[in-house]
Amino acid sequence: MNAKTEIYKEKLRHLGKTLRYSLYVIFHPFDGFWDLIHEKRGSIGAATIIFIMMLLTQVWTWTYSAFPFYFPQWEYFNLFMRVLPSAVLFFIWCIANWSLTTLMDGKGRLSHIYMASAYALTPFILIRIPLIFLTYILSYDEYTYYAVFANLSIVWCVILFIAAMMMIHDYTIGKALFSSFLTIVAMMIIIFLIIMFFSLITQSFGYFVALYKEATFRLY
Amino acid sequence: MIRKAKKLIIYIILLSMVLIPKDRVSAESESYTYTYEYFDFQLESPDAYTPQALLLGTDLGIGDFNNPKSLFVRDEYLYIVDSGNNRIVVVDRYFELIRVIDKVIMDGEEVTFLNPSDVYVTANGDMYICDADNNRVLHTDADLNVIKTYVKPDDPTVLGETNFIPLKCVVDKAGRLFVLAGNVNQGFMEFDKEGNFTNFTGANPVKATLWQALQKRLMTKEQRARMILFVPTEYSNLAIDKDDFLYATTNTFTTDQLATMKTVNPVRKLNSIGEDILVRNGYEPPIGDLQWGAGGDMTGPSRFEDVTAMDNDTYFCLDRNRGRIFGYDFQGNMLYAFGGAGNKLGYFQYPISIEHMGTDLFVLDNRAVSVTRFTLTEFGKYINEGLALYKEGLYEESAEYWKKALRLNGNYDLAYIGIGRALLRKGEYQEAMKYFKSKRDYNNYSKAFAEYRKEWVEENIQYLLIGAAALVIVPLVISKILKRFKGGAANYERKDRDL
Repeated sequence: MNAKTEIYKEKLRHLGKTLRYSLYVIFHPFDGFWDLIHEKRGSIGAATIIFIMMLLTQVWTWTYSAFPFYFPQWEYFNLFMRVLPSAVLFFIWCIANWSLTTLMDGKGRLSHIYMASAYALTPFILIRIPLIFLTYILSYDEYTYYAVFANLSIVWCVILFIAAMMMIHDYTIGKALFSSFLTIVAMMIIIFLIIMFFSLITQSFGYFVALYKEATFRLY
Repeated sequence: MIRKAKKLIIYIILLSMVLIPKDRVSAESESYTYTYEYFDFQLESPDAYTPQALLLGTDLGIGDFNNPKSLFVRDEYLYIVDSGNNRIVVVDRYFELIRVIDKVIMDGEEVTFLNPSDVYVTANGDMYICDADNNRVLHTDADLNVIKTYVKPDDPTVLGETNFIPLKCVVDKAGRLFVLAGNVNQGFMEFDKEGNFTNFTGANPVKATLWQALQKRLMTKEQRARMILFVPTEYSNLAIDKDDFLYATTNTFTTDQLATMKTVNPVRKLNSIGEDILVRNGYEPPIGDLQWGAGGDMTGPSRFEDVTAMDNDTYFCLDRNRGRIFGYDFQGNMLYAFGGAGNKLGYFQYPISIEHMGTDLFVLDNRAVSVTRFTLTEFGKYINEGLALYKEGLYEESAEYWKKALRLNGNYDLAYIGIGRALLRKGEYQEAMKYFKSKRDYNNYSKAFAEYRKEWVEENIQYLLIGAAALVIVPLVISKILKRFKGGAANYERKDRDL
């Protein structure tokens, strides 16, 4: 009993430590991402928490921002469909990047890519959540201030993504940029394949349904 | 047996009445009058204008109109240009015949018209008649003696080979004549008091987008030649308001142009140098219908055929596509739209001209050869009053009328915003914010919010200062205390972070 709680506590402590490490990563991207993988300072659990927090940040931005900044047409607002694209795109990014970098002498494994990508999203959470509070203080004329910080969070994330690509795959900056570009192309191909797959599945399913109906008509 | 069959037939009829779905062509509102809300949805509205009477030529005992082209109102008289019969019929507000003008006196001889298309009457009774197929504009005095005629300018660079076909004309207070001529796309022809052509005014600017310029660069000569020429569009009509601003409509744009290019403006207000100065502060610029349901052979955007500008700077545009009338206030907000295509009173087949007499509206239907009179309802009066007082800056008084309008139509966005403005003026910022938020008026909400914020900070300045001070002092004190009592703890914390 005691040993069990001790292990549990230790796990929790490790999670907290790895989660706190993201704060170090965003300010020291090169050291940070290198150590994240090679010194095992990050964890999948922490990465998942950051990823979920990113999705929640989006949801909170939509639901809690003050009126002029974000006020959707609630009658036609589907939270699931709004959250889904960013979640799906994230996973497709990881898979596309992994499948490309294995061909391009990348050192990173899928778990490394997932972890580093998720850690790179930290500034988005850290900036966007305070921005929600800021919308209650700013008037719409001062939207520029809001936009500056909102864009800053994106730019920061992009820089971190590139640094992460460089460190986990042991790439030069040029190769990191090139592989990121190729990854986006690969993402498009994957999305295309998914859509085609689903449409083909529905059509072939429809074929068998029609076949069954036809057969039942003939039999009776 | 027969009885049974009869019963059966009745049952079938009754059943079919219940079971056959009432087919709805589109999501458009079915009421006669409607407004648009922030998300461009149609909302039903009580009538602001109702059709009162219909005039046919036979009612006057002068035979049916034939291809009537235009209406004009001066004071209490309505001039109907009966083009097919080569005459101008003058009636009063209640459709009593005053006179029929079918000839004028030129150099002592009587001259008739050939397919007259428009008429303009100045305040002192002078008439300008667009005698289209005689290629001239006749200027007569009140007794129909021709003072002068405006013909094709001698200068060959002005019109070239094209004939001078005056279609519409207006005259400003200085006596300048503006003519909308057929087959001319340089704008309106402007003539001075003496009858000389001075210049073209108000040409549509032709602007190629960056993409079009790039496209043109990459094309071969043959491709370029095959491309559609970018020419300025022709105007469809013009009107003049009490301050001598020209209102012009155009309807020769494609759906794509309207959707993608912001340069297509179906209705414009031109100043003396031909610049478009129409205020477009509404949810959408004044383009007529925002939902283009395709039903009854009518597709695409509204096509404005005519415009009339009221004395309070409200203007009404006439859409020939769906036979509707769109009212806009001086800020470009859509007040309401009404009308439709059909054969009932208040519906049109091919509306072609609109004019106003006081607050009454007259609409000419070219195919039904009729004139319809519309009068303002109580609801419309409240809106007019609210707008008039608002324009004078009497926000609180205008709010009273907006409240009355709101009692008749709880969906009326402008009323909410009008009340919000009055509250903003009164200094009740929080209330004003509520009204603006309900109708998503970002700009006014922002103004009210900025004031509210200022007020709030002034009231709570002491707490803010204490809070800010506490934010600085409390962590300092705590860290000091921690250091004193648990010397090791702070060390442990730091080590942990670096790990």
